[in-house]
Amino acid sequence: MSLDRSDVESIAQLARLKIDDAEVPAYTQTLSNILDLVDKMQAVDTTDVEPLANPLDATQRLRADVVSEENQREQLQKVAPKAEQGLFLVPKVIE
Amino acid sequence: MSWEIVIGLEVHVQLNTKTKIFSGSSTQFGAEPNTQACAVDLGLPGVLPVFNEEALHKAVAFGLAIDAEIGKKSVFDRKNYFYPDLPKGYQTTQMDYPIVGVGHVDIVLDDGATKRIGVTRAHLEEDAGKSLHEDFEGFSGIDLNRAGTPLLEIVSEPDIRSAKEAVAYLKKIHSIITYLDISDGDMSQGSMRCDVNISLREKGESEFGTRTELKNLNSFKFIEKAIATEVERQAEILEDGGSITQETRLYDPDKDETRPMRSKEVANDYRYFPCPDLLPVEIDQQYIDSVSANLPELPDTKRDRFMSELDLSEYDASVLSSSKALAAYFEQIVDVCKEPKLAANWTMGELSSALNKNAVEIEDCPVPAQDMGTLILRIKDDTISGKIAKQVFFAMWEGEGTPDAIIEAKGLKQVTDTGAIEAMIDEVLAANPNQVEQYRGGQEKLMGFFVGQVMKASKGQANPGVVNKILKEKLQG
Repeated sequence: MSLDRSDVESIAQLARLKIDDAEVPAYTQTLSNILDLVDKMQAVDTTDVEPLANPLDATQRLRADVVSEENQREQLQKVAPKAEQGLFLVPKVIE
Repeated sequence: MSWEIVIGLEVHVQLNTKTKIFSGSSTQFGAEPNTQACAVDLGLPGVLPVFNEEALHKAVAFGLAIDAEIGKKSVFDRKNYFYPDLPKGYQTTQMDYPIVGVGHVDIVLDDGATKRIGVTRAHLEEDAGKSLHEDFEGFSGIDLNRAGTPLLEIVSEPDIRSAKEAVAYLKKIHSIITYLDISDGDMSQGSMRCDVNISLREKGESEFGTRTELKNLNSFKFIEKAIATEVERQAEILEDGGSITQETRLYDPDKDETRPMRSKEVANDYRYFPCPDLLPVEIDQQYIDSVSANLPELPDTKRDRFMSELDLSEYDASVLSSSKALAAYFEQIVDVCKEPKLAANWTMGELSSALNKNAVEIEDCPVPAQDMGTLILRIKDDTISGKIAKQVFFAMWEGEGTPDAIIEAKGLKQVTDTGAIEAMIDEVLAANPNQVEQYRGGQEKLMGFFVGQVMKASKGQANPGVVNKILKEKLQG
C-alpha cells in the first residue's frame, strides 16, 4: 500500500503539523514504507491470537473516588498564554 | 408515499462520582471556572491518568440493569481531534472493548404494548470542557471544570420508529439511571444529553436510508420536536426526488428548524488507538456478582410489585414507578395509610395536578408524604369525606399545616351524629313537598336531589352513607 501526496497533506492537517512542501515526497516515501511493513504483518494468520491492547502484562489499577486535588488555578494559569476572569482565553472558536 | 422513520439514539450520561474519571479533581457542579481542573485534566506533559473505581462500578451496574453482557476486559482508546475545550488533543474513550455490551430496554407504547429496544453497547469516556464565546473580543473563554467528568455513552440499535418511542426510551433510560443512583439525571444541567440518528425509508424496504445526526439535545420536549422537524425535512426532500446528505445537524428551538452544524463537512477521522497510558481493565465474575447483588429495585420490578403486592392496575403501577422520587413518595403514603388504591388515586390525581399546575417537581412538593398518608387515614376513619379531603389538601398545599390541624381549625369534621343529620333531612323534606310526592310516586332518581340538598345544608360535612340511609327510611315513609 502506498500513499500519495494528498494523503500526507491530510494526515499533516489532522495532526495540525505544518510541513514544508519540499519534504512531502520524503514523508510520502517513509510513511508508505511503514504501511508496507503493516501489509506484511497483515499477511500473518492471527486467527487464534488474542488481540493485544498493551504490551505490558498487567491490568489497570483503580483509584478510590476521593477528592485529592486542590484548586491550583493560579499556578496553572501562569503558564497559559492568556487567561481572564478565571478562564483560559483562546483565539475565537466559531461553530 | 408512506415513510418509515428509523431512529437510533446515543445518550451521554454524566456519572455522579465525586471525582473525575482519571483524576482526583472534584466534579461538583457550579464551581468557579477552572478551580476543579488539575494537571491531568489539563493534559499537561508528564501526567498519568488513573481510573476511578466508582465510575467502573456505576457502568457495570447500568449494564446489569439492562441485562447486558459485561466486558470482563475493557480497553480505553484515544479519539483524536483538536478543539480548545479538549486540551489533550484526544478524548479517552472505549472503542473495540466497551465495558457494557449488548443489552436491551423495554418501553411501553401508547396502546399499552411493550416494545423491546436493543442497546448495542455502553462505554465509558470523559467529558470535555466548556467554551464560552461571548464576552471576549476575538477570544473564546475555556472552562475545564467539566473536562474529565465520567460519561457513560449508551448506544441504541436503530429499533426506534417514532419521536414518541424515542422519548419513551429516553425516559426509561432516565428512570434506570436515577433508580441506580449512577447519575443525577438533571437534563437542564447537561447530566443527560442525547444525539439522534434519523433516516427514512419506504414502508416495506429493508435497507436503511441515509441518516442525519442531531447533536446535543437536552430536554424531552426539544427531542420530540427536533425529531418531528427533521423527519418532515427529510420527507420533503425525498418526496421531491432528492437525496439526503449524511451530516450532523443542530436543532434551533426558536425557529423550530434543523440546520447543518459545519458548513464544510469533513469526514471525521479520529484515528483511534489504544491509550498507552491506561492498561486494560479486567474484572472477574465475583466482582460482577457483587455489583449485581447490591442493585436496588429497578422500575420494572417495582411496577410488577406494585401490581402483585398492592393490587394496582398496570397503568397506575407504571406511572407511579416511572420516577424514583414519585415512587418513594407514594410508598411513604402507603406506609402511613395502608390504602394503596386511595394512595395511588391521590398521588396521580390531586397531587400530580397540583404539581403540574404549579410547575413543581415531586422532589420539591410542599406537602410531606406523611401528611398525605394522614389525610387518607382521615377519609378512611370517616373523619372527613373525600370531597372535604380535597379542601383539606389545598390548605395543606398552601402550607396551612397538618391535615388534623386544618380539619380542626376549619371545623371540617364530618357529621356522623344521626340526630343532627335527621334534623337536617327533616328540614329538606319539609321545604320540598312536591319532590317528596314525586319520589313516592315512583321517581326514585330524585334521591340524588335530596342527597345534594342535605349535603349542601351540612356544608358537605354530613356523612354521605348516613345521609343515604336515613333519607331512604324517611322517604319510604
